[in-house]
Amino acid sequence: MYTGPSVSHHMGIPTTLTEVLRTYEPVIGLEVHAQLRTESKLFCGAPNRYDPEQPNQAVTEYCAGLPGQLPVLNVQAVDMAITAGLALECTIRTHSVWARKQYFYPDLPKGYQISQYDKPICEGGRLVIRDEQGEQRTIGITRIHMEEDAGKSIHVKGRPYSLVDYSRAGVPLIEIVSDPDLRSAQEATQYLRELRSILRTLGVCDGNMERGNFRCDANVSIRPRGQTSLGERVELKNINSFRFVEQAIEIEIIRHAQVLEQGGTISQETRLFDPDRKQTRTMRSKEEAEDYRYFPDPDLPPLVVSESHVNELREILPELPANRRQRWMNTWNIPEEHAISFAEERALADFFDAAVGSQATLAPAIANLIKTEILRELKDTPEAIAESKLKPEDLRTLIVHREEGKISSSQAKKIFAKLWKGAGSIEALLKAEGEQIQDLSVLTPIIEALIQANPKQAEQLKAGQSKLAGYFVGQVMKQTKGQADPALVQKLLTKALEKMG
Amino acid sequence: MNIADLSLAEASDQLASGTISSEALTSACLSRIEALPALNTFIHVAATTAMKEARASDTRRANKASLGPLDGIPIGLKDLFVTKDMPTTAGSKILADWQAPYDGTVVKRLREAGAVIVGKNNQDEFAMGSSNEHSAAGPCVNPWHKDRVPGGSSGGSAAAVAAGQVLGSLGTDTGGSIRQPASFCGIYGLRPTYGRVSRSGVVAFASSLDQVGPFGRSAKDIALLMNVIGGFDPLDSTSAQRDHPDPLLTLKNGVKGLRIGLPHEYFSAAIDPEVDQVVRKAVQALQEAGATVQSVSLPHTKHALSTYYILCMAEASSNLARYDGVRYGYRAEETELRKMYARSRFEGFGPEVIRRILLGTYVLCAGYREAYYERAQRVRTLIRRDFESAYEGIDILLSPVSPTVAFERGSKTNDPLAMYTADILTLSVNLAGIPGLSVPVGFSSEGLPIGLQLMGKWFDEARLLQTAQALEDVLQVHQQRPKLVA
Repeated sequence: MYTGPSVSHHMGIPTTLTEVLRTYEPVIGLEVHAQLRTESKLFCGAPNRYDPEQPNQAVTEYCAGLPGQLPVLNVQAVDMAITAGLALECTIRTHSVWARKQYFYPDLPKGYQISQYDKPICEGGRLVIRDEQGEQRTIGITRIHMEEDAGKSIHVKGRPYSLVDYSRAGVPLIEIVSDPDLRSAQEATQYLRELRSILRTLGVCDGNMERGNFRCDANVSIRPRGQTSLGERVELKNINSFRFVEQAIEIEIIRHAQVLEQGGTISQETRLFDPDRKQTRTMRSKEEAEDYRYFPDPDLPPLVVSESHVNELREILPELPANRRQRWMNTWNIPEEHAISFAEERALADFFDAAVGSQATLAPAIANLIKTEILRELKDTPEAIAESKLKPEDLRTLIVHREEGKISSSQAKKIFAKLWKGAGSIEALLKAEGEQIQDLSVLTPIIEALIQANPKQAEQLKAGQSKLAGYFVGQVMKQTKGQADPALVQKLLTKALEKMG
Repeated sequence: MNIADLSLAEASDQLASGTISSEALTSACLSRIEALPALNTFIHVAATTAMKEARASDTRRANKASLGPLDGIPIGLKDLFVTKDMPTTAGSKILADWQAPYDGTVVKRLREAGAVIVGKNNQDEFAMGSSNEHSAAGPCVNPWHKDRVPGGSSGGSAAAVAAGQVLGSLGTDTGGSIRQPASFCGIYGLRPTYGRVSRSGVVAFASSLDQVGPFGRSAKDIALLMNVIGGFDPLDSTSAQRDHPDPLLTLKNGVKGLRIGLPHEYFSAAIDPEVDQVVRKAVQALQEAGATVQSVSLPHTKHALSTYYILCMAEASSNLARYDGVRYGYRAEETELRKMYARSRFEGFGPEVIRRILLGTYVLCAGYREAYYERAQRVRTLIRRDFESAYEGIDILLSPVSPTVAFERGSKTNDPLAMYTADILTLSVNLAGIPGLSVPVGFSSEGLPIGLQLMGKWFDEARLLQTAQALEDVLQVHQQRPKLVA
């Protein structure tokens, strides 16, 4: 198991992150590629459906780069990019320009990628995160630009060929570039989580790093504490999980410090993270860096967006995760831990809001049930709450009954399990379980009969063998099919034993 | 008279009146193609399907279900137009065996109008050239003289119309590739306003300059073809979303009161005296018909050639990146990716294409883009403004199409700069995005055709055709047919 970065020891050379951080300050900027959840691709009518199990199924003549094919812009993608820009408080360009980024690779069907270069659609935004001390930190967003994804190359080990899946070619992406404002690997993952949560809340991206629809490159440098100028930076690629982002950055920070402490210099380059070996290695040096020969795409007129359209999109922005968390914590007394985990997934957050409805006082109880029962059921797919059979208002009704003592917690659990499976309506289930039996004229005869039938055990219980109480209560519950109020049974049992004299 | 010598408009009338059949017309055209293989006007001839389409057209007519004026008319397509039932090579070895799975927009429109697609015309490789000598299918020959070039890049399309092998054809014009061959072959060729005809389904050379246009033997032929191929296409994002007036409605309106500007930069010493003389005679004819003529200036003309070549090469280097041997087209067998790319492209492209890709790559490189590409873009704006200012006082600009008549084959192939200079009078039109029409107005002493160029305001094609019609009525040059054919 990986237990944190460490590297072979040299005399006087820092080997742990803690040592490095005493002398050096890391400076990190992230470039995130997020696939947009549009119906069709960015510049053609092919469905935006990349399924590695069914290669080359979502491919048109345009996706294959056939001669004579021209791009036609998908405006849904533009709206999603603008929405992301607005949520990140960017300035939206009313006039942005498509540019061709040119390089040769088999998964790039036209020999260029349509992207945006010096006039991206969004510029100058910000994202607020919490640092390790819990203080708010504002991370600048340099820009967001739109572009088409490349196809997926598959290199088959031991085969003299590679395979290409063009279903991914042309899928709309936004690239979100942060300012170099992050100061630790932990802040970098914080930023990524918050960004993903925002994009999911907006419904513009699935945000799944493992599946590659949310990808991250990190620019990392370090500088002696107190120095204002930036150190030479390295771009890290192939970091496809939150865990790897943290590992790769930390490993790179230590490597930089070691190189500098040994009198070396860091050279600007692109490095690949190797998650198996827990190290980074050179992919290409600055000298080998490709000249992409950007120029405005003559097949596409400049993208013009009216201010009124931007305002329309601004007006329909959903409540963002940060605001939601604040509202829950301040007005509903929801613990921060729950607030963070619910707000990260829009479907779950919406469910929680709907379940609480106007019953603000029940919010903590509902939150608790979601945390303990629902998230356990959903495991790693909290977004599946949207397809669950459980209706939020039914959950509310259930909690109301439990809090008012009309049903026991065990009954509530039972009813929840049935609601979750869609086995019956809330009304029917509550009726079937019946309300909790608190009627003394029902309970007292049952208890008295039990004592008469088990005189020996009753004596022992009375003499102080208190664990026998469980047996009696259990028997009562059994005879009442679990509908008795156990606390009341306990009380009545004590009373009945005293009466035995 | 051979019915293949009819103009498209005449043939259209005779098909409508039942005097001729499409079957007879198509058959006459196919015979001409067969009789003159030395012209090398076609890369692919679809004789069987053409005859089938012709008979289908005759059946429609018999059933009073004609699809319009082009129904049953034999048409040729430059091999840059993507077609699903014929190969599309762009005149290049790199696409020698490529079969497209779809028809481009204008091809669809022609088919929907009942046109009989006879085949794919020879051209300079990827439309790069002014002589139709740079073709993987070999050079095309001018029907007026066996040693002369037909012009280019749409040489085959122009020569086939001049030779009566088709009644009309489509070409593309990036810097003069319709107008110059039309002039060299003694026919009409229109380069429409940028955005007037869809580029979807046309192999791209330089996207901001390319425009599809028709060849014909009369002004009316051009009008009939434009009415079918023109108009907005959602598949081309640079296509203009506007209505276009029917040029047939104003064709016979004459030139009374028309204000013609002669840009003095276009009548320089470099113009062959015979060309200059014939063009000026035509100007006089227009004056006699009621037009007024004045001299105007397009001061940035001297920068047009370098501006044009920087931009078209930059765009070409990018547009031709897709021919990499990976998905279709010519591939050199290599085990290493970089080598496969290099050899496929080096062996698949001809020398002129390679030259332009190299120059185009260079002008976009970091450190050079500002000095070349970006500066050229700014000059392009100045050239467009030249035209805007000129059009404030006049309706139409007039000049020769080419400084010379058709030159001898091989005379410029070793001197790319001389070849590029042949486009000097046509390429400003492409930089400005305005329409330009080549009109046959006379012959040199050697009997080679001379063309006149009319340049109009944006989307003012109708006025160009109206002016051309007035010239046609007076000069009657369009009735002449090349000697090789007779």
